[in-house]
Amino acid sequence: MEDNIVLTMRGICMTFPGVKALDNVDFTLRKGEIHALMGENGAGKSTLIKCLTGINDFEAGEIRVNGIEGPVKNHSTLDAQKVGISTVYQEVNLCPNLSVAENLYIGREPMTPFHTIDRRTMNKKADELCKRLDIKVDVTQNLENYSLALQQMIAIARAVDMDCKALILDEPTSSLDDSEVEKLFKMMLQLKEQGVGIVFVTHFLEQVYAVCDRITVLRNGTLVGEYPVAELPRVKLVAAMMGKDFDDLASIKPEGFGVDKDAPLEISARGLSHKGTIKPFDLDIHKGEVIGLTGLLGSGRSELARSIYGADKAQTGTLKVEGKEAKINQPIDAMHMGMGLLPDDRKAEGIIGDLSVRENIILALQAKRGVFKQLPRAKQEEIADRYIDLLQIKTASRETPIKQLSGGNQQKAILARWLATDPNFLILDEPTRGIDVGTKTEIQKLIIQLASEGKSIMFISSEIEEMLRTCNRMAVLRDGAKVGELDGELTQERVMAAIAGGAENAQ
Amino acid sequence: MKKPANALKPHKSMNSNTLLLYITIVLFILLYAAGCLVYGDRGFTNLQTFLNLFRTNAGLICVACGITCVMLTGGIDISVGSLVALDCMLLAYGMSVWGLSAPVMILIVLAVGLVFGLVQGICVGYLQIQPFIVTMAGLFFARGMVSVISTEQLAITADVNQTFYDMASFRISLPFGGTVNRAGKVILPYIGIGVVIALVVLVLVFLMLRYTKFGRSLYAVGGNEQSAAMMGLDVKRTKLKAYVLCSLLCSIGGICYCMNTMMASTTQATGMEMDAISSAVIGGTLLTGGVGNVIGTLFGVLINGTISTIVLTNGKLASSWPNILTAVLLCFFIVLQSIFARLKEKNK
Repeated sequence: MEDNIVLTMRGICMTFPGVKALDNVDFTLRKGEIHALMGENGAGKSTLIKCLTGINDFEAGEIRVNGIEGPVKNHSTLDAQKVGISTVYQEVNLCPNLSVAENLYIGREPMTPFHTIDRRTMNKKADELCKRLDIKVDVTQNLENYSLALQQMIAIARAVDMDCKALILDEPTSSLDDSEVEKLFKMMLQLKEQGVGIVFVTHFLEQVYAVCDRITVLRNGTLVGEYPVAELPRVKLVAAMMGKDFDDLASIKPEGFGVDKDAPLEISARGLSHKGTIKPFDLDIHKGEVIGLTGLLGSGRSELARSIYGADKAQTGTLKVEGKEAKINQPIDAMHMGMGLLPDDRKAEGIIGDLSVRENIILALQAKRGVFKQLPRAKQEEIADRYIDLLQIKTASRETPIKQLSGGNQQKAILARWLATDPNFLILDEPTRGIDVGTKTEIQKLIIQLASEGKSIMFISSEIEEMLRTCNRMAVLRDGAKVGELDGELTQERVMAAIAGGAENAQ
Repeated sequence: MKKPANALKPHKSMNSNTLLLYITIVLFILLYAAGCLVYGDRGFTNLQTFLNLFRTNAGLICVACGITCVMLTGGIDISVGSLVALDCMLLAYGMSVWGLSAPVMILIVLAVGLVFGLVQGICVGYLQIQPFIVTMAGLFFARGMVSVISTEQLAITADVNQTFYDMASFRISLPFGGTVNRAGKVILPYIGIGVVIALVVLVLVFLMLRYTKFGRSLYAVGGNEQSAAMMGLDVKRTKLKAYVLCSLLCSIGGICYCMNTMMASTTQATGMEMDAISSAVIGGTLLTGGVGNVIGTLFGVLINGTISTIVLTNGKLASSWPNILTAVLLCFFIVLQSIFARLKEKNK
């Protein structure tokens, strides 16, 4: 094996019942590189990584690791760690009730001669490690006292400290905001300098181009190719992932898709607020309009939407729905007025994993009708089939438990749930998070189509590009307050400037 | 977890779990002081009354330490009371009917605890059955075995086994704090062997939880089982060990308990599992696992003991009052824990 190579995977094959998850896939990781592993949902990224870390058992092919004779086959995460492969997942896999130092060293604590844990040495080593990686924490504090980003960095510190040659980062940035991502990237570049090979799995194209050296693309369980970043512009990457020339993303807005100021108002809020989350704001939303809420994570985007919808009952101000004053005390009131809210945390607030796709889809409609007016089964099936077809939800049948679907398809099913209630005003909070580019485009198209049918949409997303493509108008939030609105020509620069704020951030 | 980027520094406040422990300790002191004030004339202020808390509850302290370890992993063991009854019955029957010596019977009792824990631990850890169900089966099994051995009430007297009788009645006197009785003789306060055993168990479990890999694994498994596995800890084995430890400590507790009661019957130690669980919870152990400490558990036991002592000293209150007071305290602590958990969420 060449000296600059950390590990190679050759001809990896793996089948799940009924599906060929990986078919003859090769992957090579070199020293001191950040290597993006890209593909749509279900392309086999996670499966490939799980083969590497010993969670999945592959059927054919071999893995070789630098410095180890013969093929390597891991049977557990522990095995993988022993050969220098460490993984950090999207969900932080640490124990919040233990101290930072313990999280860094549990399972391999420094011991005293009496076979007890040497806490002093452990804290000292942990402190040194954190200083070296520029993580500012007090290692004796419990992990739960720190933000998700810091926890993520501590998870990486743990991985790196275990004599790690290959570091796998599986969607580490999904729940981080921009400044936190920045810090993570700094750390990744530092590790790269030290010769660690990093596999970076992400859905964010910008992030790939910001830090990666090389890209491997998978599609439907097969290898599309391995490319240096410089040779694979964005459009080609997306084409490689999707296997077809997809629509030019910028062109999904039809001509003349601007703000129609004469259209009747769907929602009109005056001085609405919820203590501790969103300061009083005024907002008008016309029929047939897509309004984007933009701002940094924690600026109050979701909170604004929740106060309109009654998820956090507004304490001040008035709300008019279609010109009539509306009293909304709880979400069911909002639903009866033709509103729908797709929450941002689809695992916790959205899907009900053990129920079937059909049951998940008709849920909101049934709730709106009330417990005693049950929707006839035939009607339920008709609705489910219509939306499975319309949104192209990939599922074995409408009776499949929804937890067996991929993330993107779960998201579509929840979208279907709200579309089934035929809302006039739909709030979509991060509807495209964690789903692949192809599905994203489909959802964006659907939003625009709904708007053209006269429905009003409130669209919240962390990706500015996506907002630029779909919104007619944007409301900008900062630190829990609405600070402005943008209409006319929406450009990235204008939005960024608005988010950052005027004079105080001009430099 | 939406939080501005400038909030990277943690709040240097006191850990809410430590605060809960302090509240427990302060509550115990207040409760005991109240007892002294009201019933000072009935001997509440004597050092012996305080030591009796340990003497009567030596068995419970061992059992509660064991159950704390299991609860730290997020599990539960409701078989402990029945196991204590089984231990007592074995000791009494073995010594009186089989005529075996005290050391042999003690070894047998410990072995029974070990096997009992092993079976429950395998079911919970490796077969991944709900701990509540597994230990409920254990509860019925052990209680049933007591009746299988004997349905009679057996007393352990000096005639039955001199060694065990001597052990149980052995008094370790303290060189201070004596009281003068009516005859003018100074009676020094004393403790029994059971108290010494319980305190040794307590200290060892405390050190084990804080300074050994196994101890920290218990916390890790309770904190987040999946993470613990991802970090390379053997979750199944840790759980197995926790249940073995719990049953073993139960057997030690059973011996202490037996030395205090010197008898065995089918209804003995009924509901002891609930006393142990409530002590642990009052002492700050979370039922969800990952948080807790045997020092807290000790004070939980002492608080329960003090309540019983106050009710007994009063003499007029119905015997159900300790249960009601324990219930009130449990509510108080559970509400406190949930308030702290909410505050923690908010501070993020």
